[in-house]
Amino acid sequence: MLSNRINTLLIKTPEGVEFSLRLAGPITRFLAWAIDLATIIAIISIINVFFAILGILSRDLAAAANIIGFFVVSIGYGILTEWYWQGQTLGKKLLRLRVMDSQGLRLQFSQVVIRNLLRFIDSLPALYLVGGLVCLLNQRAQRLGDFAANTIVTWNPRVSEPDLNQLLEGKYNSFHDYPHLEARLRQHVTPLEAQIAVQSIMRRDTLDPEARIALFRDLSAYFQTLVTFPQEATDGISDERYVRNVVEAIFRPKVSLEISSNSH
Amino acid sequence: MIIDLQKFITEERLYWSELEAMLDRLERKPDEKLALGALERFHYLYQRASADLAKISTFSAEPNTRQYLESLVGRAFGEIHETRDKPHRLRPLHWFFNTFPQTFRKHLRAFWISLIAILVGAAFGGFIMIVDSSTKQILLPFSHLQGDPSDRVKMEESTDTDRLKGAKSSFSSFLMTHNTKVAIFTLALGMTWGIGTLIMLFYNGVILGAVAVDYVLAGESAFLLGWLLPHGAIEIPAILLAGQAGIVLASALIGWGKPISLRMRLRKTSNDLVTLISGVALMLIWAGVVEAFFSQYHEPIMPYHIKIAFGCFELLILALFLGRAGRKSAYKNIKL
Repeated sequence: MLSNRINTLLIKTPEGVEFSLRLAGPITRFLAWAIDLATIIAIISIINVFFAILGILSRDLAAAANIIGFFVVSIGYGILTEWYWQGQTLGKKLLRLRVMDSQGLRLQFSQVVIRNLLRFIDSLPALYLVGGLVCLLNQRAQRLGDFAANTIVTWNPRVSEPDLNQLLEGKYNSFHDYPHLEARLRQHVTPLEAQIAVQSIMRRDTLDPEARIALFRDLSAYFQTLVTFPQEATDGISDERYVRNVVEAIFRPKVSLEISSNSH
Repeated sequence: MIIDLQKFITEERLYWSELEAMLDRLERKPDEKLALGALERFHYLYQRASADLAKISTFSAEPNTRQYLESLVGRAFGEIHETRDKPHRLRPLHWFFNTFPQTFRKHLRAFWISLIAILVGAAFGGFIMIVDSSTKQILLPFSHLQGDPSDRVKMEESTDTDRLKGAKSSFSSFLMTHNTKVAIFTLALGMTWGIGTLIMLFYNGVILGAVAVDYVLAGESAFLLGWLLPHGAIEIPAILLAGQAGIVLASALIGWGKPISLRMRLRKTSNDLVTLISGVALMLIWAGVVEAFFSQYHEPIMPYHIKIAFGCFELLILALFLGRAGRKSAYKNIKL
């Protein structure tokens, strides 16, 4: 059912569909924890103001409320937020992290409780050293609490749309004469490869001349192994032009739509 | 293969939105049961979204749509393939009078291991005290226990002032939170294959045994029972139950004789661990109140026989509760 790739968890459903979850590393998780810690301190400081008012009536009751308040907030914060926000605390929300069941199933309340209670040993001897080390060594980047609760922490990076205007130069694209080959290209090129090609085009001016030539030579050679266009379509075009044509072919449906909507 | 992406998205978006709305409703109302027709529709939408994801995965230009569909299919996958009970509305009384004692009895062997660990520790602590009473400076971490028991009893019985006056609530809160932390730590140490949990229980047993033998040898048995029983009758079993939870966790990790995977073993025990530790927390709240408001009063203010009788009564109720509560409903389930 499950197979591991580097820092991603691939889930295959019985319907034969695959989807991948990107695992969060210990550093990102530590930063999220630091935000949560600051939040906990802020909450405790606020409720302490109310307890101070209670202290006018009874100092003993105020001290008791203080002790219990600190305990409940420090332990309950993670449990309540992760349960209420479906696997996210404030820190995790800000850093786009989410606690999920390790098999892609629904996150259970008991899982949230266990992973939060086991912070007691993950945080030993200080600053989550045990949890951090286990997280580094574990294939799924789980700390002990995650391991016991069967949970993983995923990272959902923001997907940025490529700036297609950079690709619209109005130059003739010889690949457009072969729509069936363009369709085959769109089928064979993976999203990651498409992103590499787009990024290469967008950042070409920041590259050294030699590196720029080598990069586009490699990319062009790779794309030629996926789909072979006839010689008349590729004659006389540089490797860089070839990659631009590929990118345009991949994103063309969108581009043509934008052109048509702009023209209205 | 998708020829016209925009057309594909426009046509399929309706189905995706319908699936998303159904998922939102199921997540908002976890106890809601779908009718057969709705269930079939839900399954159809899930399969359709899965097929769409498979199609769009080959299309490099739509990372956002792919991510959205992955999330949608992931949520629906979790909803369809999850076999564990959905969390229902909170039923605290049912949980307390049925689930908690039933869970305790379900893992009785782990409780006996926990009890043996603490008894071995107590025997060791008592033996050390008999052999060399000067070791109590090392064995007992609390300063008020390191002196002569008779001196302490004399001091406690002669005082006519309430030394906890104006501090009972805070003392009680301190005891509750401190003991609950110890209990959670004992459970969490189950991740060391139970070794840490057993050491924790053994260490608590050593302290208990050393204190008990120290007071018995000094002829202060009545004071000892009157002081410890009212809160100890609940507090010590609570620590034993925390140890039980730690051993259940360790047993899931080790998995002797269980023909299921580690992940499945951990999955099966997670509800039980939460039930046990929640029950322990409730027991420790009670013990904290009793210790601060009752245990600290000695003769002549509070006769020892009343304190001892109260402690024995608590112990009896606890034993009956953990041993008998929830049995009737269990039989009911079997008959059904």
